[in-house]
Amino acid sequence: MRVCEGGNDSVSRVLVLCVKSTQRRSSKINIGMDAHPETQSKKTVAHRRGSTAEEMSERQREISVSEFFAKNRHLLGFDNPRKALLTAVKEAVDNALDACEEAAILPDIYIELLQRSETRFKVTVRDNGPGIVRKQIENIFGRLLYGSKFHRLKMSRGQQGIGISAAGMYGLMTTGQPVLIISKTHKKKPAVEVLLKMDTSKNRADVVSETEHPEDDGLFADGHGTQVSIELEGRYQLGRQSVDEYLDQTAIANPHASFTYVNPSNERIEFKRGTNELPPEAKEILPHPKGIELGTLIQMIERTERTQIGGFLQEEFSRVSPSVSKDICERAGITGRTWVKQIGHKEAEAIYKAIQEARIMAPPTDCLVPIGTKALLSGLLKEVKAEFFTACTRPADVYRGNPFVIEVGLAFGGELPKDELIRVIRFANRVPLLYQQSACASFKAVLETSWKNYGVSQSRGSLPDGPVVVMMHMASVWVPFTSESKEAIADYDEIRKEMRLALQEVGRKLGMYLRRRQRMRNEGERRSIFERYIGEIAQATESITGDSAKKIYEALMRVAQRKTEEADAILNDEGKRVKDADPFGKDSSVVIFAARSSGELPESATESSSSRGSIGGSESLFGEPESSTDVRKPRKKK
Amino acid sequence: MAKKSKTDEPSGTAPSRLVGNQAIRDKTLGKIADLGRAVAKAALSESDPFVDVPTRTISNTTYNPARRLLEMGDATLRRNLFNTGQARKFMQTVLLSKGCKDLLEARKTLSLRGMYYMSLHSIPGTKEKTFDDQEESDGILEDIEVSLATLRENLHLFAKKRGTMVGNITIVDNGDPIDCRRMGTGGYAIPSICEPSVVQFGKCDAKFVLHVEKDTVWSRFNEDRFWEKHNCILTEGSGQPPRGVRRMLYRLNKELGLPVYCLLDCDPWGHYIYSVIKQGSINLAFESERMAIPDAKYLGIRSSDFTRCELSDDVKISLNDRDIERAKQIAEYPWFVKKKHWQKEIQLMLKNGFKMEVESLITKDISYVTEVYVPERLKAKDWID
Repeated sequence: MRVCEGGNDSVSRVLVLCVKSTQRRSSKINIGMDAHPETQSKKTVAHRRGSTAEEMSERQREISVSEFFAKNRHLLGFDNPRKALLTAVKEAVDNALDACEEAAILPDIYIELLQRSETRFKVTVRDNGPGIVRKQIENIFGRLLYGSKFHRLKMSRGQQGIGISAAGMYGLMTTGQPVLIISKTHKKKPAVEVLLKMDTSKNRADVVSETEHPEDDGLFADGHGTQVSIELEGRYQLGRQSVDEYLDQTAIANPHASFTYVNPSNERIEFKRGTNELPPEAKEILPHPKGIELGTLIQMIERTERTQIGGFLQEEFSRVSPSVSKDICERAGITGRTWVKQIGHKEAEAIYKAIQEARIMAPPTDCLVPIGTKALLSGLLKEVKAEFFTACTRPADVYRGNPFVIEVGLAFGGELPKDELIRVIRFANRVPLLYQQSACASFKAVLETSWKNYGVSQSRGSLPDGPVVVMMHMASVWVPFTSESKEAIADYDEIRKEMRLALQEVGRKLGMYLRRRQRMRNEGERRSIFERYIGEIAQATESITGDSAKKIYEALMRVAQRKTEEADAILNDEGKRVKDADPFGKDSSVVIFAARSSGELPESATESSSSRGSIGGSESLFGEPESSTDVRKPRKKK
Repeated sequence: MAKKSKTDEPSGTAPSRLVGNQAIRDKTLGKIADLGRAVAKAALSESDPFVDVPTRTISNTTYNPARRLLEMGDATLRRNLFNTGQARKFMQTVLLSKGCKDLLEARKTLSLRGMYYMSLHSIPGTKEKTFDDQEESDGILEDIEVSLATLRENLHLFAKKRGTMVGNITIVDNGDPIDCRRMGTGGYAIPSICEPSVVQFGKCDAKFVLHVEKDTVWSRFNEDRFWEKHNCILTEGSGQPPRGVRRMLYRLNKELGLPVYCLLDCDPWGHYIYSVIKQGSINLAFESERMAIPDAKYLGIRSSDFTRCELSDDVKISLNDRDIERAKQIAEYPWFVKKKHWQKEIQLMLKNGFKMEVESLITKDISYVTEVYVPERLKAKDWID
């Protein structure tokens, strides 16, 4: 829940509201403190109606960011009560996770939804993070667009510093209740409890009350952490796009975190940790020249402390070496020694053009921290009851100068519903995306993958159907969302391509597994067909010839065993005995629960084992042949 | 239903004539025992038991131009236990063989349906039944019949009765004299087993046999007393005639020397009924010898009748894709290939693009078919061979 963290306080430069000016959608939010393009244009157009410029100027005044968002709360995900409740939880949990990770603490997060009345909830989120120093509390929870994450290129959940303060503001507007923050920064220090009330016209928060808790109040078991409580108007509903779904998915993408969730019915749900390894810390990088737009470039030139353009290029961008800098300058018709002050709009444009033409190395990708195949699997394993799991992490690629990594996890079978469309769960920097599925690049990538090749049926133009969950994760220093409420990933060719390749990789493994499983089933079925009829044959033969039915039965059973054993050892494409050629034997990206693979077999066979495979040493698909002697299945009618 | 009994001399009523003589029965029982022994031997030596079933397809059927009938070839299909596609059929074959053995030993007869029920039960430990329906069992019984090179009658099995006759003849059926001139509107139901041991012919004045495709047309002829006026026997086989009807026609033709004329629909199915009566069926090619009537004639109706009889457009029934395909198949059967009249007939039907039922003649007049059409054709000897 804090957007600021130790040592990185360089934050408070107030913004030119380029919330997304590096993105394409700047016009939407272009009401910052220093520019009023819309009102400017009114001056020239609107006065014919009778108002004079002077009259109009009386009505023209600054709009605070908070006011803007108060009126446009749908931009931040507070469109309706149901979504508002989810967004509040999501922002608080995202902040909590970010804070814990940055402080290298394994997150223990407590979420409580207290239902005050039909439409009123109190959301409380508590973490075991480092806490927030007293003087920053008002800024972090009381001001919009105040944060540590916007001004740097570093992989994190939050980006803009809007979320939690917007949630608090929404709560205040709908219920009139201030936000309650309790923070404890050290075991030996008392926790501070602050009640905050936003002042939207000033984009600032007023402290309503402030108390100190005794040192040993026991709220924070680890001796540090933050708790935020927001009372807001909302609606609690289960199912898709619910708080519960969000937490389910967050647990999948964050196996290193544990969550305790108390729902409005006062039931306690635990999401246990899947791994004790903290993900490595993400590194911060400088922007890549090719990912910068002209406007941003001009701003950077205006603000830089460098004096010469060559230095500016080399110091403020990644991958600009002296020779690259020289190349850019030459192409722009200037030299590296040109004073930054002398760069006007025309020169900036020339530089921008030169950057596009120059050959510049792709940005570094070590700044990305993908979830990783192993952690992806452990996340899926603990939350999805399936029989087959696989995951894949693609090598990093770059879109518009921003490095990114695509990861895909896939679970098949088990308790997943068989007759529904497959489920796609999407994540950006480990945050689940629950809305606008069809606008998301990942969804499109799933659609355009030919799943039929992998043994999953798919009607034209729709999601495939079958017991499959596909998990798609994009890790990037800047995830290109289609809107501020961070619901869908924008459709860049490079991103979509990586997604498709990742899907193909997991798809191939699924296909391999399904074919093998089918073969195994066929074997079992073959054997059971023979064994089913042997009894009848033995008795009828005895009745005709007088030979002992028992002897005939036993002899034929032995033949049946032998015949199907022979079939077990059919050679595969590579000429190896299938029995010994478990393709996934050493593949750590695959986990199989043979026990769950018996979805269609009698219950006795499925219920008995709940054993779980371990990652890495995956259970062999052929480890335990299904005991077909006991499995008598009605033969399919011709 | 008859209760199974293992004694050779069942108590109570004397066995029906259908049971036939002891020698045939012993021979059949011996064949079943051979089959059983082969299975037992294969099983006890731990190999894959099988039954060889002669294939009953066109590819294993040859037309013997000298005898003018279809004969079954030597091709067999091996039915193995240890083959997933055949295991169930193999089990059914052994099971029904056992059923036939029990039936023979009990000296009783059963309908095909009765035998189906006799062998029908759930396989222990499963919900699967030994047979899904009677059709499945009937097919296996035909397999057994050909595999053992015997006849259904010798297995003491008979099919459901189908087909009717009436005419100037007296028949002795299981000892009962039946005057086919006095059968009212219903006619004499042709029994499923028409072997000489069961059915004998008495006094016969008829000069020929007129076989019509189905009951409705037959009723028209019977009501008009056609058989009386033209001194003939009138039979009907409810579509593709069952073995009983074919055997009856064969014996009337062979033993009494009566020519057989067929009045069938003008469509590929009618043509094939004629083909079956004349030279035997592909499915039961092994029985053609005792059923085929190579001299049977096709009286009608024919494609040219539409214009000749000045029928209205209303009687046309368009040929569908299946009809066209079937007509072409029939035209290519070796026993049709060399018959110019038949090639012409089928080509004309295909060219017309429609088929006609015998009933279409009723549009001319209720009794047109009995009073004009058939007498004229017979008089003019206008038929196809």
